[in-house]
Parts: sequence; C-alpha cells; structure tokens
Amino acid sequence: MKPLDDRLAPHSASGPDAVIAVSGLSKTYASGFQALRDVNLTIRRQEIFALLGPNGAGKTTLISTICGIVNPTTGQVNVDGHDIIRDYRAARTKIGLVPQELSTDAFESVWDTVKFSRGLFGKAPNPAYIEKILKDLSLWDKRDTKIRALSGGMKRRVMIAKALSHEPEILFLDEPTAGVDVELRRDMWEMVRRLRENGVTIILTTHYIEEAEEMADRVGVISKGEIILVEDKTALMRKLGKKQLTLHLQAPLQVLPPDLRNPQLELSADGTELVYTFDAQSDQTGITELLRHLTEHGIDFKDLNTTQSSLEEIFVSLVGARA
Amino acid sequence: MNIHAIKAIYVFEMARMFRTLLQSIASPVISTSLYFIVFGSAIGGHMAEIDGVSYGAFIVPGLIMLTILTTSISNASFGIYMPKFTGTIYEVLSAPISALEIVIGYVGAAATKSIILGLVILVTARFFVSFSVTHPLTMLGFLVLTSVTFSLFGFIIGIWADGFEKLQLVPMMIVTPLTFLGGSFYSINMLPPFWQKVTLFNPVVYLVSGFRWSFFDISDVAVDLSLSMTFVFMALCLVIIWMMFRTGYRLKA
Repeated sequence: MKPLDDRLAPHSASGPDAVIAVSGLSKTYASGFQALRDVNLTIRRQEIFALLGPNGAGKTTLISTICGIVNPTTGQVNVDGHDIIRDYRAARTKIGLVPQELSTDAFESVWDTVKFSRGLFGKAPNPAYIEKILKDLSLWDKRDTKIRALSGGMKRRVMIAKALSHEPEILFLDEPTAGVDVELRRDMWEMVRRLRENGVTIILTTHYIEEAEEMADRVGVISKGEIILVEDKTALMRKLGKKQLTLHLQAPLQVLPPDLRNPQLELSADGTELVYTFDAQSDQTGITELLRHLTEHGIDFKDLNTTQSSLEEIFVSLVGARA
Repeated sequence: MNIHAIKAIYVFEMARMFRTLLQSIASPVISTSLYFIVFGSAIGGHMAEIDGVSYGAFIVPGLIMLTILTTSISNASFGIYMPKFTGTIYEVLSAPISALEIVIGYVGAAATKSIILGLVILVTARFFVSFSVTHPLTMLGFLVLTSVTFSLFGFIIGIWADGFEKLQLVPMMIVTPLTFLGGSFYSINMLPPFWQKVTLFNPVVYLVSGFRWSFFDISDVAVDLSLSMTFVFMALCLVIIWMMFRTGYRLKA
C-alpha cells in the first residue's frame, strides 16, 4: 500500500480558476513554535473549501496569514493575483473574515458597527446594501440594538454582516457555527450556499465534520502545520470511505466458524450481527463469497443494511495515521 | 489613500467620546475648575505677579497644557489598546489600510478631543480669572501641535501596553510629574540656577513655555526652541510608531 501522501498530494499548482494560491508558506512564532510548514494550497474560484484539522493544527494561523493578521515567516500568498504583502490593498479588499472569537464592540449598535466595517475596507457608504445584509441575516430588527445586548448567535450573525459589508469576493469563516444552535447553523449553511451562488468563494474551518460534509466542494486536512490532504469531498469519501454491510442474524452466533474468520468480518458482542467491511470501489467486494459461505454454514439473516464512512471517520483515520 | 477607512476610524473614536461625554469633557473641566479655585483664587490671591501677570492668569496655559497632555495620551492609548484587548483589532489589521492611515484615524480623533477640551478649559478659565491671548494663532498652533504629538505618544503606549496597569503607568508615573515640574504653576526662573539647568531636560518645559508665550508674550525659553523641541518629540514618536508597524510589535504575531 502506498503512503497516504503519495496517493493524496496537496494541490500546489495555481490555475486560471485559482483565487488564492499559497506556496511554500511557513510560520514560526517568536516562541519557536512552528505553526505552518511549507504549506502549498490552491483555492478555486467560487468553491466552498473546508479546512479540517485538530486543535492547534494551524487552521487559524493559515487564515490569519492570508488575511494579513499574522506575518508569514517564509512563502508567498496571492489573492486573485495580488501578493498579500506587496499589493496588500488589492488583496485585502477582496477578502472578508469572520474570526473564530466573537470580537465585537460591545457598546456600538449593529448598524454602526457594520457601517464601520464597510468604511474600513475603503467602500463608500451604501445604506441600501447594509440594509440588505442585515435583512438577509435576520438582523434588521436589531439594527439599533447595542451589540452587548445580543445573544451569542446574533453576535455571530453580526460578525458575518461585518465581513460581508464591503462586498468581498472571498469569505473566510473560521469556525462559523461554534456555539450556535442547530436552527441558526442551518440558516448559516443556507446563507453560505447563497453567497456561493452569487460568486463568492468560501473557505471555512470547522470542528463539525458534518458541516464540511454538508457544504464543501473540496476538503483540506491540516495537521501539525502541514496540509496532508486536499481532495474533492465526494471523491475523498469514495476513495477513502469504507462501506460496511451489517447482517442481522436470525439466531445469535456464539463464535464465527473458522473458515469465516477474516479481519474484514466481525461478530457483534451479543452475536446477533455480522459486520463486513469492504472497499466499495473494488471489483471484488467479497460480498457474494461471504453470502455463499453463510448459506453453506446455515447461518440465516433476517435483514441487512450498508453504511458508508462519514467524513469524520475519514478525518480521524487520516490524522491518526499521521500521529 | 483610503479616506473612507480613516473617516471610519475617526468617526468611531469620536463617537466613543460622545458616548462618554461625562468622563471625556465634564471630568477634566471640573478638576481644572478646582485648580483655578484653589491655586487661582484662594492661593493665587496671596501670590505676587510673575513678569507682570497675575498668578491666576499665569497658570492658565500650564493648566490647559496639563490637561491636554494627559487627555491626549489617555485617549490615544485607550483608542488603540481597547481593540487589542477586545480582539477587534483583527478587523483593522486585515483591512486594506496603511499604518499611516491607521495612525491618522486614531491619533486624529484623540487630538481632536484634546483640542476641544483645551478650548473648553480656556473658556472655563475665563470665568475664574481675567486674561487675554496675545498671539491667538500661535496659541492654536501650539494647542494642535501638542495634542497631536502627545496623542502619538499615547498611541505608542497603547500598542506597548499589554494590560490596563501599563496603560496607566506612563501617564501616572512619568507624564504627570514632568508636567507638574515643567513650569505649569511657576516660572523656571524662580528655581535655583542648578535646578533651572536640570529642568531644561524636561520636554514639558518647552511646551508650557511656548504656550504661555502665546498668551502673555513671556517665556522661560525661546519660542523657536519650544517649537523645535515639540517637532523633535513628534518626529521621535513617528519613528517609533513606524518601527512598531514595520515589525508588527504587539500588533501582529
């Protein structure tokens, strides 16, 4: 079996559809901690890209460096063809950032803080546009409310409104749904999809794998400062996703017959289920042979079902393999 | 130049002043009024004139200078420190805005507040003592220059500070003593010769002296020297701020 890196090399080439091109990016903090190691990554225009990784993997450092909040140690980042250092004005104008922390001005009203953000990014006042954003995010009724009086979920919406205030072409969402309820999470997913339909490229980091599974076109996995995988989500799930066939037995089995013993086949603790793990992409899944053997041994089953690995399981196995 | 960004920061900072009007304006005006009552009316009535100016009037420029020095530092340091403290600095750092534009926004607002306050105290002083301003344009020039320079100094403190204690440390431990010892309440000619020389190392002497000249045409040091020293201090502050942004000192990791 080939090493994982050989099978799934991170994308490094930048093409005409690349809106962000990161090459050879490293970051070592003053403490000596190396947060990013030779990161190469291309984000395609108008895609939803999910960056996954455990705590401290370097997700926020990567985003912060692209956005200009953290100075890179080495490497280069281009945003729509603009170098983030030499041509920072053009690069930053295109980016909106929703940070992980709920950092807001507690004493400002919703309207004022969004207006401030628009101005900060060099845009002339446009009350009609701000009104549209606030209505889209269900914040219109709260426009005169001080931010400190808002709930956590509402504050998260304000952060998004601020990031969208200058009409960015690229939106970074760093853990956008951390600490928000299910309903709001669904609303945000819907909003992200609408933004993409309107031509915005979305890069999100998340701990909720279901979020990436639900929305992302492509998935990147970062671990210990290195991008260890970039892949189309469906291709990734097809490539690495294991399928499992579960057979619900008519009568419990004490033990598997010797010729059925196989690493791919497991008997449940109570003996009522047989779980067979197989590669769905393989020509020879082994299912036919398994069923034939069961019939030969007189093992009957009353029901069966198949399940596929979730992105979370894939993620855990990838990061675990690197540990 | 990102004019919209400068305006956004400036308006945001000025709004903070109007939100805290009592703290920003009323408090300094009340404390300055107390100075005039104690030093101007109560004690000043028993003091001899200094260079032909009544003691009550003599301390007016010094008291205005004392107030604008402390408020310039306080406003500018608080203005940049708070976004660092709350985390909202991310937005300024990720915006298409240069270091110069950031400084113009924050320092411009802090200086504006100080100038407004200086003029309010000037008017307040007129209720307690009688005086006239001999060189009004020069007085305004010194007021603006001092407010901008010490707002730059406050901006440096705001970036440097990594806690509220440090934010208060420099104004309380250095600036206030220097202001009190910088001729706000006396002419340095009243000091023994040795201390007259020592006090020339205090930059506030030049500010108070120049400002007082614009009121009464009297000064402890030459006006040109006062002006030059203020510009030197301003240039020093600008160089330090430029270095802070260039290295990302306590702003960017």
